[in-house]
Parts: sequence; structure tokens; C-alpha cells
Amino acid sequence: MTADKPLNWKIGGVALGLVFFLAVLLVKPIGVSTQFVILDGILADIAAPEFITQTEEGYTSTNAYMAKSDGKYAKSAANPLNYSFIFVLAMAAGAFASVMARGGLSKSERVAPALWRANFGDSAAKRYAVAFVGGFVVLYGARLAGGCTSGHMMSGMMQTAVSGYIFTAGAFAAAVPVAMIMYKREG
Amino acid sequence: MQIILAIVIGAAFGAVLDRVGAANPNWIGKMLSLKHLHLAKTIILAIGVGSVLMFGGQMLGLVEVGHMSVKAAYVGVFIGGLLLGAGWAASGYCPGTGVCAAASGRKDALFFIAGGLLGAAAYMATYPSWKASGLLDDIAGGKVTLGAVPGASYDGLFAVSGDVLGVALGAVFVLVAIVLPERLSGDGAGVETPAE
Repeated sequence: MTADKPLNWKIGGVALGLVFFLAVLLVKPIGVSTQFVILDGILADIAAPEFITQTEEGYTSTNAYMAKSDGKYAKSAANPLNYSFIFVLAMAAGAFASVMARGGLSKSERVAPALWRANFGDSAAKRYAVAFVGGFVVLYGARLAGGCTSGHMMSGMMQTAVSGYIFTAGAFAAAVPVAMIMYKREG
Repeated sequence: MQIILAIVIGAAFGAVLDRVGAANPNWIGKMLSLKHLHLAKTIILAIGVGSVLMFGGQMLGLVEVGHMSVKAAYVGVFIGGLLLGAGWAASGYCPGTGVCAAASGRKDALFFIAGGLLGAAAYMATYPSWKASGLLDDIAGGKVTLGAVPGASYDGLFAVSGDVLGVALGAVFVLVAIVLPERLSGDGAGVETPAE
């Protein structure tokens, strides 16, 4: 399936760079990981309506992290129709449309990527378990760092932010050894 | 208006992440195990292009400096980076690309998102301990850029003009993207070359 081949790095890099630029030109730099907290906040507030409360100055929460910075996360969770949350939903829709336009993914690829299967076999359960634990560690780390690959690495280094460089150094210091140990076969 | 921009820019971001292979864990794994740097070249070029356009636009007065958003530097940024890197390598997903992959029909990415929601909740629950540890306290001036950007509220780490430095560094990123080889290791047997 030729559709699996990514864009040439020159075209792809310029296209991705233009999206970063458009974001900061029109609104603000791109970031994603905060929205996991916002969705958690929305879900928690459904389960326990006193989780987020409106005050005279704005919003607050029984959770200290949700309430920090004058309750800006609490405010976003109380009003999900905000730029950053819609951005992430639109990103998902854009990726879906792009994948469908090039013919969709194969059935086996939808369970586990080929590189994973080449190294760890066809067990779906094993792949799902690692993806789940990976997701936990990634989002815990992203929230501790205050951003993720998009917010810190791409948007951060683009703006010459010192924090972006610190984050990127940490991310690759861990990612390269882990990937080299786990993915010896190319698939 | 903001919502329309969120839809347009968000959809463009998701589509481009798919087309460059960033939402595909195969390419992430091959990049992070230093076998195939096609995606690294793409991302480094993108950062360079974005930087040159943004800082160049600021110097010409076409881009509002106030749209910049610089995050604080603290020890936790590095620790969090280490954690994210390990999970990114193991799963092949980061927060943005995991969402894109799940939307594309990858079932493993749904487990990534479920784990991610739990991980974010775990951080929310443990945040007071991190706060008390001092590891979230600013280092190197906190919200700083490498050089002071004219008109921005952020300090510069070095006594250089931030926008000139931004354009120069952007050019360096572009150059690195060009000279970086597609392959550092691996025999390449049985692997198709990427689209060129």
C-alpha cells in the first residue's frame, strides 16, 4: 500500500512548520496534553458535581491542580467549547479524514503496529497493555513537565524557550535507549 | 471566531501529523531507535520553518509578539521529559499523535488514551507533593527565551536580541534537517525506502 509512505521530509516539514506558524500568527502556539486534564475534569465533574464550582471571580475546584493559576483549568473544564479543547477534537477529525482519504489502515495495523509485531509477536493483549502503561507514563510526565511533544518540544523550541530545550533533552535521553532496547528488529 | 480557528488549525495539524508519519508508531519507533531519521528531519525542518517565519514576521511587524506563550523552566520539566520519552518510545505515541492514531482506527491508541487520562488524573492527585518538593520552582529565570524578544514579557537568558537569534536558530534547524542522514543504524534489509 503506497499510501503508507509518509510525505517527503521537505514537503512534510514545510507543511508542519506552516501549521505551527499559522497557529502562533492567528491564536497561540499549539499544545495538546493539557486537554487530558480538562477531559478528566469534565468527567470528574459529571461523577461528582461539586468537583468544579463557580466563584465570584471565576472557577475553582476541590483538586489543587485543577484550581491552580486562578482556576484556569477549572474554567476550561466547565466550558469545554473553548479554543484549546476544540482544537484537539478538530485535530482528531483532521487525522481521521487524512487517513480515510488515503485508504484507511489495514486490520492488523489497527490492532498493533508492524514494528511492534516484528519484535513482540501478534498478541493484542500485550500491545494494549504496553500502550495503556505508556499512556499513563506519557501523560503523567507531560503534566509534570507542563507540556508535551507539541507544546514543549515543537512550540517551545520554535520560540527559543529555555524550557523547550530542557524538556527535549529529557525526552530523548529516555526515549532513545528505551526504543533501542525494545525495537531491535525493523519489521 | 476562536472556535472556527480551532477547527481549521486543529484539523490541519491532525492531517499533517498523519501525512508526515508522526501519528504512525512504526515511524516513531524507527526514529527513536535511530534506525530511520526521516521523521526527525521532518520535525526539525518544521521547527526551523516555524521559527524563521514567526521571528521574521515579528521583525517585520506582521506577527503579534503577544501571541507567544513561553512555558516555565523547572527541574520537573526534565524529569517529566524523561517519563514522557520512555512512554513515547515504548508505546509509539505522544499525547497529540495518540489522539490522531485513535481517530484513525488504531485500537491500541485507545488504550494509550485511557492510560493517559488515568496518568493525568494521577498527576492531579499527586500535584501537592510535587509542589511541596520544590521541583516545580523556577530555574534559569522560569519563563525565559534564549535571547530577550523585543516587545515580549519574557526575559532573555543571554544578552542577545531574541528575534535575530530566533531567525538564526531557525536557520540552524533547517540546516540540521538537511544534513541529518536518513539512517544512522540498522541494515535496512527488507525495508522499503520512504517516499522521496
